[in-house]
Amino acid sequence: MNPKILFSEPYKKIAKDGLWDNNVVLTQNLALCPLLAVTGTATNGLGMGLATMAVMVASNAAVSASRQLIPTEIRIPIFVLLIAALVTLVDLFLNAWMHELHKVLGLFIPLIVTNCVILGRAEAFASKQPIMPSMWDGLMMGLGFTLAMVVLGAAREISSAGTLFANASLLLGESFRFMELTLIPEYKGFLLTALPPGGFIMLGFMVACKRLIERRSTAKSAAADISLQAIKPI
Amino acid sequence: MSIKPISGPHVLAVRRIDEIMRMVILALLPATFWGVLIFGWPALLLTATTLASALVFEAICLKMRGVAAKPYLSDGSALLTGLLVALSLPPWAPWWIGVVGAAIAIVLGKQVYGGLGQNLFNPAMLARVALLISFPIEMTTWVEVKPLLIGPGLIDSVSITFGGNTADAVTGATTLGLVKTGFSLNQTLTDILNNYNGLLAFIGWERGSLGETSSILILLGGLWLMREGVIRWHIPVSLLATVTVLSLLFHWANPQHYLSPWVHLNSGALMLVAFFIATDYVTSPNTPLGQMVFGAGCGLLTFIIRSWGVYPESTGFAILLMNAVTPLIDHYIRPRIYGRYRNGKPLDISHP
Repeated sequence: MNPKILFSEPYKKIAKDGLWDNNVVLTQNLALCPLLAVTGTATNGLGMGLATMAVMVASNAAVSASRQLIPTEIRIPIFVLLIAALVTLVDLFLNAWMHELHKVLGLFIPLIVTNCVILGRAEAFASKQPIMPSMWDGLMMGLGFTLAMVVLGAAREISSAGTLFANASLLLGESFRFMELTLIPEYKGFLLTALPPGGFIMLGFMVACKRLIERRSTAKSAAADISLQAIKPI
Repeated sequence: MSIKPISGPHVLAVRRIDEIMRMVILALLPATFWGVLIFGWPALLLTATTLASALVFEAICLKMRGVAAKPYLSDGSALLTGLLVALSLPPWAPWWIGVVGAAIAIVLGKQVYGGLGQNLFNPAMLARVALLISFPIEMTTWVEVKPLLIGPGLIDSVSITFGGNTADAVTGATTLGLVKTGFSLNQTLTDILNNYNGLLAFIGWERGSLGETSSILILLGGLWLMREGVIRWHIPVSLLATVTVLSLLFHWANPQHYLSPWVHLNSGALMLVAFFIATDYVTSPNTPLGQMVFGAGCGLLTFIIRSWGVYPESTGFAILLMNAVTPLIDHYIRPRIYGRYRNGKPLDISHP
């Protein structure tokens, strides 16, 4: 396949939707359960995000490939079965190759099955589109999800423990130990943000920030439109 | 001549917001001065820091929301919230506790909901609970009573509040804290409370939060507000009565394990909460019956958490939980519509 296709309009729109416009967490407000449960640190957020992304790409591909075979009436159970099989693979993979991280995230990996956003993308996108766009959509939605998880995890980790990417070497290997930063030495810690309510509060601020940025950019483009209109009549 | 039709209700507010806020602050001043008197300069510095940061955060939020800051700042609501936060802090707490508390109260407790009158939870109690959960050590370091003239001087106090230099502080537990630790050591109440003096607790000569020790001064302030009509009796009376009745029953059944009503009423934040926090117009129900349900719920939760919970003092949790059910109470307990029965049917006027 021609890699240039990724820069075509529909693919660009899928990417923009997944990363920003229709971000899983910040706009759709889906997948809040794993979001609040594991974003105590940026590393956990990254690990969970990557695992979810892998499942999403594979599940979108599987759903899209079998979309002609699945009867509409029982599509949801079949999607869930497909996703569950893939999650089991990811779970076993993590357990085998990233055992330490699996110990931290272990409880939540099987729960990726119930992550509504995966079923959501299968239903809303992959069941109606060919394989390539579906995988691209899964990748971009997963990337957007991972980004939100990492940002939220980082914010919570910094405010609750004063560190950033603690234990990153467990996830990425010894060579990534340089990522483990202690930003505020001897920090007392704002424990609230390590707890789920603090996660909710931080998420609220993140959503507010995104809306603020969007409002700014629409205001800017509106202003540009007006100035264009002012020129036009001549 | 044109007459503009004005929609109802045609009732003029008797008092303006700034006047109500001023009266509540005035009613809190005796307890505040008492706190400064018995805990010395650090208490005053902490109060001043908290008040100032409450005003600053309010101004920043108003600016971000794009509304004129001056009328909202001068209505005194931020000042009152700051004062309530300060009164609930340990008197020698470091300055940043006050700043963080004010930030939580004003930003998270009030302004994110849309400002005065929109918030779901009482801002001061939200700040108190958030601080207690986040900084358990700083929030439970209770200094011994050290009156203004005997305690540290102004310079030392600056280093206590702003430098975190509390090496000289003699600390201990509050009555409720003593009881909790005593029970974990299998002591009975008689052993635990052998130094307890009910009269001193009533006056307020004991360890505790900055402005919560003196039951009598808070009670007098609350009664004055009640007489002036700023608050109604339903919430304080139902709250205190519930705690009294429950503790009386349990104390009577097992005096070695359940505190007497007198200890309950004069410990922790109960008085302050009953008169100044639970009666918050915004976060309490509107009808008299609803207010009594609300007060009784606060009292019940306070007693349950104090008696069987992990935290020694529970009024903050009780208030937040009851704040959350306030919309529900207001939904089910509504005033009777004029000319109709409670179930909404029109009054039967066929017979005279």
